[in-house]
Amino acid sequence: MSTNQSRRDFFKTTATAGGGLVLGFSWFSSEAFQPQVVGTAAADAIDFNAYLAISPSGTVTIFSPNPEIGQGIKTAFPMIVAEELDADWEKVKVEQSPLDTKKFERQLTGGSGAIRHSWERLRKAGATARALLIEAAAQQWGVPASECNAQKGMVVHSSGKKIGYGDLAVAASKLPVPKEVKLKPNSSFSLIGSHVKGVDNKDILTGKNLFGIDYKRPGMLHAQVQRPPAFGLKLKSFDATEAKKMPGIVTVVSFGNKVAIVGNTNWEVMQARKAVKIEWEKEKDLESSADHDRLFKEMLNGTNVTVQRKDGDVEAAFKNAHKVIEAEYQCPFLPHSPMEPMNFFAHFKGDSIELAGPSQTPEAAQKQIAKMLNIPPEKVTLELTRMGGGFGRRLNTDYAVEAAELSSIIKAPVKVTWTREDDMTGGIYRPAVRYRFKASIDKAGNMTGFMLHGAGLNAGNSTRQDNFPAGAVDNLLIQSSDYKSPITTGPWRAPITNFLAYAEQAFLDEVAMAADKDPVQFRLELLDKAQKAPVGKITYEINRFREVIKLAAEKSGWGKKKKGVSQGFSVYFSHASYVAQVAEMTMVKGKPVLKKVYAAVDCGIVINESSAKNQIYGAIVDGIGHAMYGNLTFKDGAPQQDNFNKYRLIRYNEVPEIEAHFVNNGIDPTGLGEPALPPTGGALANAIFKTTGKRLYNQPFADQDGPLG
Amino acid sequence: MALFQLKINGKNYPVDVDANTPLLWVLRDHLDLVGTKYGCGMAMCGACTVHVNGDAVRSCVLPVSAVSAANITTIEGLSETGTHPVQEAWDEVDVPQCGYCQAGQIMTASALLSKNPNPSDKDIEGAMVGNICRCGTYHRIHDAVKLAATKMKK
Ligand code: FES
Ligand code: FES
Repeated sequence: MSTNQSRRDFFKTTATAGGGLVLGFSWFSSEAFQPQVVGTAAADAIDFNAYLAISPSGTVTIFSPNPEIGQGIKTAFPMIVAEELDADWEKVKVEQSPLDTKKFERQLTGGSGAIRHSWERLRKAGATARALLIEAAAQQWGVPASECNAQKGMVVHSSGKKIGYGDLAVAASKLPVPKEVKLKPNSSFSLIGSHVKGVDNKDILTGKNLFGIDYKRPGMLHAQVQRPPAFGLKLKSFDATEAKKMPGIVTVVSFGNKVAIVGNTNWEVMQARKAVKIEWEKEKDLESSADHDRLFKEMLNGTNVTVQRKDGDVEAAFKNAHKVIEAEYQCPFLPHSPMEPMNFFAHFKGDSIELAGPSQTPEAAQKQIAKMLNIPPEKVTLELTRMGGGFGRRLNTDYAVEAAELSSIIKAPVKVTWTREDDMTGGIYRPAVRYRFKASIDKAGNMTGFMLHGAGLNAGNSTRQDNFPAGAVDNLLIQSSDYKSPITTGPWRAPITNFLAYAEQAFLDEVAMAADKDPVQFRLELLDKAQKAPVGKITYEINRFREVIKLAAEKSGWGKKKKGVSQGFSVYFSHASYVAQVAEMTMVKGKPVLKKVYAAVDCGIVINESSAKNQIYGAIVDGIGHAMYGNLTFKDGAPQQDNFNKYRLIRYNEVPEIEAHFVNNGIDPTGLGEPALPPTGGALANAIFKTTGKRLYNQPFADQDGPLG
Repeated sequence: MALFQLKINGKNYPVDVDANTPLLWVLRDHLDLVGTKYGCGMAMCGACTVHVNGDAVRSCVLPVSAVSAANITTIEGLSETGTHPVQEAWDEVDVPQCGYCQAGQIMTASALLSKNPNPSDKDIEGAMVGNICRCGTYHRIHDAVKLAATKMKK
């Protein structure tokens, strides 16, 4: 589907609906919000990037540019519009737009940023359409607009007269768009904050072909790609004589350091793949996990250090301290393991290419593919499919670029599907990191100095220098070192903080203990200090931080004795949301068992209570699972775990009860795809310590002799 | 290659494939029944679960030759209109996040409930433990199985 065609498709939709009100608005531009009523010609001329359409039948359609990955955006966005529009939710439809860089500036899913970015413009779009519909009704009835109101897809006059939006759509489309519209006060929200089911549920639950891996076109071939089995190897030679003779095989080709087996079906391709003889040769260091241990030590003791933040003088603080506490925490590389493995469809047509598949960053894929094939970006079209999870993996475009390259070589439509083994061993991991912490306390138990040194393998800056407790400590030094490993890495759900939060929250518990203070009280005192005598830049809101801490403590009955139950506390601010958690453990037959996690969440206004809770449950389950079991180790550059028999993901019977509470302070909404994950590992580790007296410094926990049930 | 007459969702499907081809790939690549998902290919995740004569089985490790005489049900055929009590419960509880694992979860749960209409928590655990949900929707899966059980009694 080309860019122009996609536009025509869209206009066909409105035309089929027989005209009606089509409101174009700018979704991603940083400019002031300027909705306009558009017709076909106008929309082509003006650079609008989102549309709200009301057809004469009363159906409200919103074209959603952001890819759906399971975060619930396809439901949340239209809810916001429908709220201000006073639409009948049953009559709202949302459609996924294809990649269209002419219309969209930031067609991306990542960083829990979509809701934050679009909240106001979505509301204004709904409110503008509502104002137009009311005006149209008022004119039709010959009454002042002020006597009219809107509810559930109808304009209602004070006399009781009613008319449906569908009947007003054409007339409304002819009215001038008001410059200013009034938004509803939060107190009159009825849809926002309610429990709304996912708009794609029905298709998911009946097995419709929604995902990239399900994508099919006539004449499409299937391919799998053999990539180097270890990081640091490159292709030397291959012999596909046998493989090419096997049933269903079309060709075997190599490109870059890869060999692609192309055939009619996946199973035939898998069989032939085993028959290809490939020789690899060493190109870079073949690292093993033991080498990583050494590299961490070298970095933490070396001088190749970048100072990320420095307040006061930590060395002096350590020298004058009543007590100094030191610890090191470490996490392994992790694959993302979305349930849908990487895949992409590509059809190269000489001077253009058509693509379809699951991508969190379609625009980046388009640019890279255009560059690789040396064609203009507008000749690269990309259809977005639903994603079977991503967790950051699909922010990297390697698998889309690879499919495009293969199609350009074999000159045929082809879908590359990664096996689970390919997906797990193919790189782009959460980087492995080791943190060294050092803190000092004075006689009164105040934290006087705080030092963090992050050492990462392809982690970039493995610290978040301005995060708490920065701002609350007079003497602070945050620094990082990084090593360029051949093992490839990328963002993994809540990049860096997915582990940093655990390490920091566990360490703060160690400091609180050394200071003989209750962990919750200790954190609150630090926040008091940040409020009364802030040090340097502060990026978090102290009151919001405090509220989630208090809410979690209150809901979990923190500090009140519960028989046989030990509690661990953790709190973290990331992606503009605040989350505090309390984990509860009990000993069952001599083993600590995680029974319950309480979460207190400040993500501002909750849009969809159902998907918000689902995200929180999911993030906590993810946090527990990866802290407990996730481990990707290496031997001579080769990942040692390649499928779920060796790489353990958390299962149904391993999740505790979860209770989620929202602060609901009426502040504009922030994202929830990530923020509930970072605090989980810390709450868990702190509960383990309280239960067993054993402090866990390394993930995964299940590999340490800390026995866990 | 060999010819098989498969009985899937009450219909007959002739396919000419290698006898060792797993049912999963026959469904997905030959018959366009893509609701059954690939997740691991080694019976570790449950994404590929279908019913064979009413039992929940992992189609990724099931050679097509083993099911040539069987009654096979996939997610597409669980109900005509998506109104099987398990599907309805899954919708009401709003289980899915990304949704990729859910066909397999539903096929496992529906097989359990057809044999055991009153499952205990342990029974549910025993059945659902083989299905991974990377998005972590396990709490809602639990609630939905419970809700489906009450729906099926009505
Ligand atoms: S694909 Fe069959 S169990 Fe995972
Ligand atoms: S809903 Fe995404 S894997 Fe289960």
